[in-house]
Amino acid sequence: MTEYNETEFLICVASRLMENRTVAFVGTGIPMLAASLAKKMHATELIVAFEFGGIGASLDKLPLGVGDSRTFHKAVIASGICDAMETAQRGFIEYGFLGGAQIDMYGNLNTTVIGKYWPPKVRLPGSGGANDLGSHCWKTIAIMRQHDVKRFVNKLDFLTTPGYLTGPGSREAAGLPPNTGPFRVVSNLGVMGYDEKSKRMMLLKTNPGVTAEQVVQNTEFEMLVEEKVGTNDPPTAEELKILRNDVDPDKLYI
Amino acid sequence: MAVIESGIGELFQKPDVWGFREWVHKHKDKTLTSKLMSEQEAVAKFVADGDYLGTELYGTVRAPMSITREVIRQGKKHLRLVGQGIHEIDLLLAADLVDSLDITYIAWEVYGISSILRRAVESGRVKTADWSNGAITWRFKAAAMGIPFIPTLSMLGTDTLKYSSAKVIECPFTGQKVTLLPALFLDVALIHVHRADKFGNCQIDGISGFAFEMARACKKLIISAEEIVDSEEIRKYPEHTMIPYFLVDAVVHAPYGSHPGEMCYKYWRDEEHLLSFLEESKDVEKTKAYLDKYVYGVKNHDEYIKLVGIDRLKKLESMIGGR
Repeated sequence: MTEYNETEFLICVASRLMENRTVAFVGTGIPMLAASLAKKMHATELIVAFEFGGIGASLDKLPLGVGDSRTFHKAVIASGICDAMETAQRGFIEYGFLGGAQIDMYGNLNTTVIGKYWPPKVRLPGSGGANDLGSHCWKTIAIMRQHDVKRFVNKLDFLTTPGYLTGPGSREAAGLPPNTGPFRVVSNLGVMGYDEKSKRMMLLKTNPGVTAEQVVQNTEFEMLVEEKVGTNDPPTAEELKILRNDVDPDKLYI
Repeated sequence: MAVIESGIGELFQKPDVWGFREWVHKHKDKTLTSKLMSEQEAVAKFVADGDYLGTELYGTVRAPMSITREVIRQGKKHLRLVGQGIHEIDLLLAADLVDSLDITYIAWEVYGISSILRRAVESGRVKTADWSNGAITWRFKAAAMGIPFIPTLSMLGTDTLKYSSAKVIECPFTGQKVTLLPALFLDVALIHVHRADKFGNCQIDGISGFAFEMARACKKLIISAEEIVDSEEIRKYPEHTMIPYFLVDAVVHAPYGSHPGEMCYKYWRDEEHLLSFLEESKDVEKTKAYLDKYVYGVKNHDEYIKLVGIDRLKKLESMIGGR
């Protein structure tokens, strides 16, 4: 078996969730590498959108920021924030990739503060485009590198980005577009989805060597577990080769 | 049209549509006269203590770094601030010139959170109101449209709305819930562009971020430009003009004005400089030392360029890559 590290594994899992001929709204880090890998594997016509206006870039070179020149290298358009966000708001963007310091069982995310709002115990970056993505993309995928009880929590310190809010029907009741919301969570322990009825997070697949019990124990809220939990396939030799040689040859991220 | 929900965040700059109209009517000179000046003159003339200031694009990308450093050298105080970025906002916060911040995202992206922002906000020195990235940009758009607010479907159902000063109403046409964002009219904006003529007509290459909206949402506008070109060059491609001269108050020639950030098609970001700043910014004394060296320790942008070194800047030019 080929050796791989955790970051490489997360990138491959996220990459497999990307669908050809859709738009994926991404930030820097794992989602961007996953998008680049997907474009070189199964999703050659994946359109990658960055919030500052780069849409449809080649991703031949990995950006270091969501507005740097690599986010629109050989892109189809270099526009601005209004255009990028309005494209999402009017329903053109299938997938939004998110992350956060905390996530709850409805997929709501906190990237704003730990503790009270002001002055906070820890001031985090803030929403950035996350709230817009979580509001307007058809489906969102959260990447959580560290699956533990401090991050998968009962109650967020601050609800920055909407998931299913307080459960079934609450997005619609708040005025968010119908038929939208969280789709998957990719963590270092496994992949979660959401129970259709209760809109609560549910373990679908564990990573190799991880048990369902471990995932449950490392989650503060009650994690639902699918009847037959599958296992994520480890990265294939081809995925690793493309990732290392073509996606990030300068080892900026992996 | 009843208000269903009101954010409890402080509105640091109340929209004043009529005031803005009167102001630009009275102050925006349409004369074709050169506005070229030094950064010292531009900042002394057009930035005042207590101003509500905006910067565009952000920290590591086409950022108005040279003008920001001059604002700090001149010690403009009690600023209210909005920006999408990091390095320029980090510097203004570190110099303790900021009272309040409309914030959407301030961090070093892949390198993590800002120690300077943490110190400024966690100590209670700087007040904040939170917004989504789209929301803050649409607030500029509303101001650019000359209207007091703009509707959006962002921020609904979240604490981001609760701690902003947005409001939720029922749409009178559809009955759906809609977020209303107050227009954000700036006192002064700093925008760094690829090229401008001496009157202030500006072109930007690559993504435009929120330059279009912000340039139209401010009372006073200071432009710094990599290159000053002949007006005929601008007029040959009017479709490429992002900002027409009558919006502009000052034009400052600032080659490498975005350093240590990048300028697309011209020079790549100075990764070494940024990473060492990032490390130094974790410590109060080292942050001060950085400001002493790169901001207070130089008289102007020319001296900054010499301090950084032309060889280093030429190397960054060679690293940017082509189209």
